Amino acid sequence: MLSVTHLSKTFPGVRALTDVDFTARAGEVHALVGENGAGKSTLIKVLTGVHRPDAGEVRYDGEPVRFSTPLQAQHAGISTIYQEVNLVPLMSVARNLFLGREPLGRLGLIDFRRLHREADDALRRLGVRVDVRRPLRELGVGAQQMVALARAVAVDARVVVMDEPTSSLEPREVQTLFGVIRMLRERGVAVIYVSHRMDELYEICDTVTVLRDGRVVHSGPLAGLDRLRLVAMMLGREIGEVRAEGLTKFSGSHDPAAEPVLRAAGLTVRHRLEDVSLTLRPGEVVGLGGLLGSGRSETAKAIAGALPTDAGRVVVAGVPVRAGSTAAAIRAGISLLPEDRKAEGIVPGLSVRENIALAALPALSRFGLVDDARVDRIVETFMKRLRIKAAGPHQKVGELSGGNQQKVLLARWLALRPKVLLLDEPTRGIDVGAKAEVQALIDELADDGLAVLLISSDTEELIEGSDRVVVLKDGVVVSELTGDAVTEDALMRAIAAVPAGGSDD
Amino acid sequence: MTTHTEETGRSAGTVSPQAGDPARAGRSERLSALAQQHGALVTLVTAMAVASLSFDTFLTGDNLENMALSSAFLAVVALGMTFVIVTGGIDLSVGSLFALGGVLAAWGSRYGTVVALLLPLAVCGLIGLVNGLLIARVRLAPFIVTLAAMLGARGILLAITDEGSTTYLVDKDSFFARLGQGSLLGVGVPVWITVVLFVLGAVVLRRTRFGQYVYAVGGNEDAGALMGAPVARTKVSVYTLSGLCAGLAGALNAAWLVSGVTILGTGMELEAISAVVIGGTLLSGGFGFISGSLVGVLLLKVIQNVINQIGSLDSAYQQVVSGAFLAVVVVAQTLLGRRRRVL
Amino acid sequence: MTELTLTGASLDRARLLRLFQDYGVYAGVVVLLLFNFAFTPHFVSAENFRTQAVQVAPVLIVALGMALAIGTEGVDLSVGSVMALSTSLLSLYLGYGPWIAALTAVLGGVVVGVANGALIAFVGVQPIVATLALMVAGRGLALVLLPQLKDVRDPGMARLGSGAVLGVPYLVLIAAALALVVAFVVRRTTFGRQVLAIGDSRAAARLAGLPVRRVLVVVYVCGGALAAVAGVLATARLAASDPTSLGTLMELSAITAVVVGGTPLSGGRVRVGGTVAGAVLIQLLTTTLIKHDLPPSWTQIAQAVVIVLAVYAARERGRR
Repeated sequence: MLSVTHLSKTFPGVRALTDVDFTARAGEVHALVGENGAGKSTLIKVLTGVHRPDAGEVRYDGEPVRFSTPLQAQHAGISTIYQEVNLVPLMSVARNLFLGREPLGRLGLIDFRRLHREADDALRRLGVRVDVRRPLRELGVGAQQMVALARAVAVDARVVVMDEPTSSLEPREVQTLFGVIRMLRERGVAVIYVSHRMDELYEICDTVTVLRDGRVVHSGPLAGLDRLRLVAMMLGREIGEVRAEGLTKFSGSHDPAAEPVLRAAGLTVRHRLEDVSLTLRPGEVVGLGGLLGSGRSETAKAIAGALPTDAGRVVVAGVPVRAGSTAAAIRAGISLLPEDRKAEGIVPGLSVRENIALAALPALSRFGLVDDARVDRIVETFMKRLRIKAAGPHQKVGELSGGNQQKVLLARWLALRPKVLLLDEPTRGIDVGAKAEVQALIDELADDGLAVLLISSDTEELIEGSDRVVVLKDGVVVSELTGDAVTEDALMRAIAAVPAGGSDD
Repeated sequence: MTTHTEETGRSAGTVSPQAGDPARAGRSERLSALAQQHGALVTLVTAMAVASLSFDTFLTGDNLENMALSSAFLAVVALGMTFVIVTGGIDLSVGSLFALGGVLAAWGSRYGTVVALLLPLAVCGLIGLVNGLLIARVRLAPFIVTLAAMLGARGILLAITDEGSTTYLVDKDSFFARLGQGSLLGVGVPVWITVVLFVLGAVVLRRTRFGQYVYAVGGNEDAGALMGAPVARTKVSVYTLSGLCAGLAGALNAAWLVSGVTILGTGMELEAISAVVIGGTLLSGGFGFISGSLVGVLLLKVIQNVINQIGSLDSAYQQVVSGAFLAVVVVAQTLLGRRRRVL
Repeated sequence: MTELTLTGASLDRARLLRLFQDYGVYAGVVVLLLFNFAFTPHFVSAENFRTQAVQVAPVLIVALGMALAIGTEGVDLSVGSVMALSTSLLSLYLGYGPWIAALTAVLGGVVVGVANGALIAFVGVQPIVATLALMVAGRGLALVLLPQLKDVRDPGMARLGSGAVLGVPYLVLIAAALALVVAFVVRRTTFGRQVLAIGDSRAAARLAGLPVRRVLVVVYVCGGALAAVAGVLATARLAASDPTSLGTLMELSAITAVVVGGTPLSGGRVRVGGTVAGAVLIQLLTTTLIKHDLPPSWTQIAQAVVIVLAVYAARERGRR
């Protein structure tokens, strides 16, 4: 139905897809999996007309096609349901369903009676009963997803792309969604299903394509494929890699103190985290393992006060930290290096110097006046210690390479002399040299007595860097690896384990 | 608008394939939506009731006629503004366009009614079109573009009136003058025209595909584009429409005053925006209705009238009250919007 | 993606654009000065320079506050009304002496600033809308306090309005001093850095633990106070309080000065020197057109064109 051959796509500085072959067949649910940066979203964007390929061919129904806008792809029968609902929340359900193709009555005016009836029918067919006259945003996210799905189906879609459609659904809603997917399959629609939830994949998908680093590493039927093997392929731990083993700069184990400096207990964020507890001791690197979407970043953000929690508390050195306030967390000595460096980390228009000093400014000032001499000293110290490569302290951070941006952020937090450092993907998207430097630095910081929480999709980094690994799955702590059990095997087994009670509880 | 979609999930799990309970879920939402839709109307009725009890002169034919006429021109401007604000934009040029439209109409009236109407429509529509193109195609911020247009239009006005010293007069006996001064069934012609325009505007916004696009662009521009709404064309259209409305209102006003008064229209953009927002339209876009803007205009004019009736009060109080009112409405809108998200 | 294949030509274009954004306003001032030196009779005289500078002073002072607001990716439309409010308060309290009256006037501006800031930072209202409400209400309040024009006959105020040190009018000295203070604040204080960080990336600023709300309130309080000071100075110069017309369209002039001066509307950057030059540029443009017998209407049209050009030029930067 829809296929690509020898597809390549390059973005400035990144080779997103290399020589990718992918085929979605009619009446088949095709799982597309891979870790962050594997190229899934780029592939989807090429298929749906958001991006155009640099090389290779997209064939639809046997014919080569070039969609230049998502709209063209839609008109051709390729519908996409995004992770975030892409509808207009303030408009009614029916209007959302029929935007741009409303049934017209006399005088070219919209026939609302027909509009509402048809909208109601369309949703009923998917097993959803809502008042289609109400604004979309009054619906739960699950129902909103259903509306998006109904819209996708209603345009006589022949290919439906679903990008993590279940990430905010209740188990019951997931079952409804699966019902719809089965119906689509029977109708001969090709479904491309992107998800990180193992259990879902095995429940609903027929075939699977695994992407890693922009290449297809596996494509074939899902039934009979061992879970462990699938996880291994996603994480890339079997196929001989260019990178030699043991190249991480981690020394191995540290000498942690006995008393934890940070205790997080019962952290719960609806749809994201369920009763997550963990402790960090000074001088210890604790890894947070799990697949994408398992709640790793959310855990870090909840601890740092950047994500409001529904329940749970964080205690640093015996003192409870006020929840939901980054400022309070920072005062307590918790520093978070966010995953999205560009949007949440750097202030691109300010200089290296100002970015480093930003969080520590109050301490570096007297009567609100910045003590330039002290700032210069600190900036110089950290630029030297972290080997930040910039034209000078006054270069804009936005102009630096990813690795150096990351080091600037690390310097910003270290300048605060934190007790706890939460590192969310500290080495992603930075070059090999900078990566090794950051890894060595993490080691060094732990040796200096800092408590470090390390989140990384790079299994090798996680295993070699951590003294302990807490494994998350679907927002729940499923395992904790300590001592000799900190191995890639154990990690993958913990991730791939089939839950005792099945997928829905 | 996009960020809180996930959080709305907390409000209600109404997916319920077997037995839905959508009624319970949105009750408080519906209350706040009701407040938003009809709050202005309730306030208007209350204000009018209090005013008619307090002042014998309030409910007289003369006074009502007067209020209706003075509301008409602002209402037409607010009509165009409603479309702009529903797309999430703002048009600060309408006050200048209103004055420019009046002067052009008065000047053109010597060549007949057709010229007197078409000239202001053409010029003001063109300026609106330029606004729209700069905003939608060049992607400049609406407020700065229309701020510049406000200045530029005022400049054009001064340029064609010898720096504001020339006032073109409209022949009192012309058909054009009758558009402003005449009356039908005891109601002034401008009031009739306004009513017709509002009915048309409401139909366009609620019942046409273009209207749906206006809501979609304001509600979630990216999603709208993905669903096939012609975003740029919609934006250009609403700013053009706003220019046309302002020009027409100016022309009607000139016919009423039988002259093109050059000093009119300053601060009118604020009045129009206030009226639209008080009428329940969200300044962040995506939500609003034409009838609300009419109620907003009337409310502002009733407040003005009441303050005039209280002899001891200066007319400046009207601005204080409208400003405070605007602030209260905006705060209420923001808080209501936030509560809906958190629930 | 075209970024990979940047040709030499387009690189040059980008650099030219950046040069234009950064220094265009100064070049504009120089060009207009040269033009006037050459072609405008009676331009080069101490008296004329004094007049020009005195006229720029209030606009500049208001623009300084506006630059801070725009630096946080906001805007303050209430400044003109604050000037009117300040002139009304000044007249009302002049009986207690010029100092008390001026202080009261500035306090009025602070109160408006607090209201703006609270609406924006705590309630979460868009800056345009919040300051619009205060713009309407502020002008009304000014007129309620002082319904019509009133002469200001106070020796202290008269000295402030027309006095000079070494030939430099007080007004100009005060404006220059305030510009230096704001430049210092932006460059050297914690607060200045926080303003820029918030304007550049609010998410990053919040995660870095900056007191985002407090900074926003202080920004709008500064804007209100500066506008009130401008109102006091304008009153002193005119020797009259005119709450009806004082400060009308001032928000426009101030925004123009800031934007023409190279401060992007998208925030994260405050160019005080550019703002000074922007205010001067617009004043020179007006003077040039008037002195060459072009009617005032032309200056408005010219100003409109300059604004659009400035925003257009700044747009490229905002995108990156």
